[in-house]
Amino acid sequence: MHEVHGDAVTSTAQSIRDRVRKAIKGQKQKTVTVLSCLLAVEDELGWIPAEAVEEVAEFTEATINDVWGVVSFYTNFQTQPLGKHRMEVCWGPTCHLVGAQKVADQVLKSLGLPSEGTTADGAITLRYNTCLGACSNAPVVSVDHHLMGRMTPSHAADAAERLKRGESIGGGHAS
Amino acid sequence: MPPNFAELKSAAQQRQQELSSKPWIRVGTALCGKAAGADAVIAALKSELQKRHMQATISEVGCLGPCFAEPLVDVSAPNTPRVVYHNVTPEMACHIVQSHLVHHKPAADLALGVVDAGGVMPGLAKLADHPMMKGQVRIALRNAGHVDPMDIYQYIANDGYAALHKALTSMTAEQVREQVTKSGLRGRGGAAFPTGTKWNFLAVSKQPVKYVLVNCEEGDPGAFNDKGILESDPHSLLEGLILSGYATGAIKGYVFIRHGHEGPIDRTWKAIDQAYELGLLGKNILGSNFGFDAEVALTGDSYVAGEETALMEAIEGKRSMPRYRPPFPAQVGLFGKPSNINNVKTLSYVPQIILKGGDWFASIGQDKSKGTAILCLSGDLKYTGLMEVPLGVTMRHVIENMAGGSRSGKRIKVLQTGGPLGGVLSGDGMDIALDFEVMAKAGAILGSGGIIAADESTCVVDLTRNLVAFCQYESCGKCFPCRTGMSHLLEVLERICRFEGTAQDLELMRSVGQSMQAGSLCGHGQLGFNPVSSALKFFGSEFDQHLRDKVCPTGRCNEPWNPPVKTRRY
Ligand code: SF4
Ligand code: FES
Ligand code: FES
Repeated sequence: MHEVHGDAVTSTAQSIRDRVRKAIKGQKQKTVTVLSCLLAVEDELGWIPAEAVEEVAEFTEATINDVWGVVSFYTNFQTQPLGKHRMEVCWGPTCHLVGAQKVADQVLKSLGLPSEGTTADGAITLRYNTCLGACSNAPVVSVDHHLMGRMTPSHAADAAERLKRGESIGGGHAS
Repeated sequence: MPPNFAELKSAAQQRQQELSSKPWIRVGTALCGKAAGADAVIAALKSELQKRHMQATISEVGCLGPCFAEPLVDVSAPNTPRVVYHNVTPEMACHIVQSHLVHHKPAADLALGVVDAGGVMPGLAKLADHPMMKGQVRIALRNAGHVDPMDIYQYIANDGYAALHKALTSMTAEQVREQVTKSGLRGRGGAAFPTGTKWNFLAVSKQPVKYVLVNCEEGDPGAFNDKGILESDPHSLLEGLILSGYATGAIKGYVFIRHGHEGPIDRTWKAIDQAYELGLLGKNILGSNFGFDAEVALTGDSYVAGEETALMEAIEGKRSMPRYRPPFPAQVGLFGKPSNINNVKTLSYVPQIILKGGDWFASIGQDKSKGTAILCLSGDLKYTGLMEVPLGVTMRHVIENMAGGSRSGKRIKVLQTGGPLGGVLSGDGMDIALDFEVMAKAGAILGSGGIIAADESTCVVDLTRNLVAFCQYESCGKCFPCRTGMSHLLEVLERICRFEGTAQDLELMRSVGQSMQAGSLCGHGQLGFNPVSSALKFFGSEFDQHLRDKVCPTGRCNEPWNPPVKTRRY
């Protein structure tokens, strides 16, 4: 599980490098590639700092440009540190049909964000997702990787408020 | 020395007996179970059992199918019926333990149905009679919800790896391919290409290093059946994969899954690890001369990575942009070696086909569509979830009887099938059969089996905007007709939804669509106009209302629209 995203903000460049190296070396699969390394880094840090790009390039004997090319392609990679908590709202067609827009709108309001991004205090990052995979219980939201199904705007607002107060939230239904 | 198959089987049976000799609670923890709060239910069950000093096994299982009723808790104990309870809350979980396990009286009011009655209980319906379960023919899903996906012995106890044993001890690679060909199995990823033929392409290559790849990218919103199989019964995929390696002479298999879906990823890894431990992967499988390796390969978020050549780029660690063809993957594939790409569902059928014979599989379904369809039902339906039905049943039967029609009781207005590129169908056209040819003729695709249904409160223009926003967001950017065409379509649709469209807009979209069709490298761009063209075909008047009368009849277009930040892939 990768819950902690905020850590990296305060870490020094050296400790980032250490964690990146550990993540790269600790991969389970035998086929190690630029992408697999970057995903391992994302699991560890939650985002891809410039130091990680250098480390991955060195480890895989790729160029820095190659690595950036991969980072910029996959929409899950973030090049800015994320908030301490991460909220994702699904906007795939199933969720859209059963009210995801209203849920998203409410979350934006509760967090005071104009669109996807991180709150000013760096506490919460909001992202959209194209399908969280629990379509049969749409609309779906995830908080720190816990899925929540059958969301309503008020339940989403509640989740956002609790996150703002620093409470942890488990998965489950709104109703 | 790895144990031989007979030893494995008896160990599995022993394990199964142990399990059924004490209370056994299965809780669905596939994606929708989690979304419904299964974790909290498990915590409650554990503490209740502990409080009562009761011995019971709690297994986290996959998707039984009725996702609408999650969290599902399935309780069995010696001398009581096996009952599935639905919509279980932590409080209900405690009550269920008390009444079912302490007082040996199933809590009838909380039950969805009885799986195995041992003499049916009065007041309890059979689960198999639930509208959603009735008429299902479960081949790939036969173990889903029943076995613990993390326990290889439970799979073995249910016929698992018997097909592999049979093939390795009594069939040549060619004979395995013959049975697959005979079965009429066609790829379930969308293209419906005959699997036997595909395997023959790879088998003829004499190169020493060949690969078989399993596609579980499954970026299609509304589709969760591949993930569902991996979460519920990863060994049936793995056995199918090993069989495909044997049949084609491949040395290694990759299971390609989108990063971030821990359930399918962890359970597949666990299955692979266990298979190695028992000598079902690696050198000299089950004592034979055949060796095969397997591992999981992850991709980042990219819908196009599900396209077979893009998938190979992703496994190689690059941007997942489709390659030009020829050469075809069967000649030059992953890392330049001959490769075959199969969908999860396709391979999960294979063990049963080898065990029961190609003719058996071919006897299910109709015409050139053999076997079953594994469907994911979502949207405004009463019963949403995962089901497996014989090909040939009608869409109407699935939607109205099995899924129980719309939740609101209103008419089903639109069906969206086969992923965002599949386009939409009118609810009036539900009499078509689930059959590759019939659906194609009706202008729809069965694709990977996702069916999203929407009732009359849906605005088709708004839905089209959402589908196109998805396609735009996911274009890989390699060819400009797709890249700019999608953006252009989205702009026009957003304009129409703001009631600022003009009469020329429909023509404009058609010409953009034509360029996309003609000038795109892969299906994403070639089919990318489908959402718009199908919507115009069935719901043209609704577009007119937005354009001419400047109203949205359902009011959906007056709601906020916050699409994600425009694609950043370029
Ligand atoms: S058609 Fe679209 S998705 Fe396919 S290769 Fe071209 S730009 Fe990429
Ligand atoms: S469309 Fe939202 S979870 Fe799949
Ligand atoms: S995921 Fe639980 S029944 Fe489908």
